[in-house]
Amino acid sequence: MTDATVTDRIKQEVSDNDIVLFMKGTPVFPQCGFSAVVVQVLSHLDVKFKGIDVLADPSIRQGIKEFSDWPTIPQLYVKGEFVGGCDIVREMYQSGELQDLLKQQGIAYKDA
Amino acid sequence: MAMDASEIERMIKEALPDAQVQIDDLRGDGDHYAATVTSSAFAGLSRVKQHQLVYAALKGRMGGQLHALALTTQTP
Repeated sequence: MTDATVTDRIKQEVSDNDIVLFMKGTPVFPQCGFSAVVVQVLSHLDVKFKGIDVLADPSIRQGIKEFSDWPTIPQLYVKGEFVGGCDIVREMYQSGELQDLLKQQGIAYKDA
Repeated sequence: MAMDASEIERMIKEALPDAQVQIDDLRGDGDHYAATVTSSAFAGLSRVKQHQLVYAALKGRMGGQLHALALTTQTP
């Protein structure tokens, strides 16, 4: 079980920041290949995002899995909505759906 | 901390009886798989919901016993 303060912190992060990536490691030094893929996609689109390193905080690592009902890291949130993990983000980027989502949400990005 | 591909397939089919499951062992180490799951149960669901159905079928093994399962879901 995750206590309320952890859930509140997660809610706060995803409402305070347009794009939040719960990941292993940091955007500069991802500690897992799946997290690195999502960082690459976001960097390629040149969008600002907040990376939260779940390895630095076990309560967040467990809490985000319960919060999203999703068993793995990374997890991408856009405007407070859970978008998906590595496979979904990659698929959505390749099909252009991720770009459409950013556009709909009024988030500036570059698509080279 | 590894799982047989046949066990993964069995668990998915138990939860989604009409599913066609294609599993590749990416590194031959029984720990990094890619799965493509085709099932009519996915119709009308978002990708997140589709993947959640598969994760539910794996009953908590995903992210624990099963480290990496690259997942693609589709409808027939």
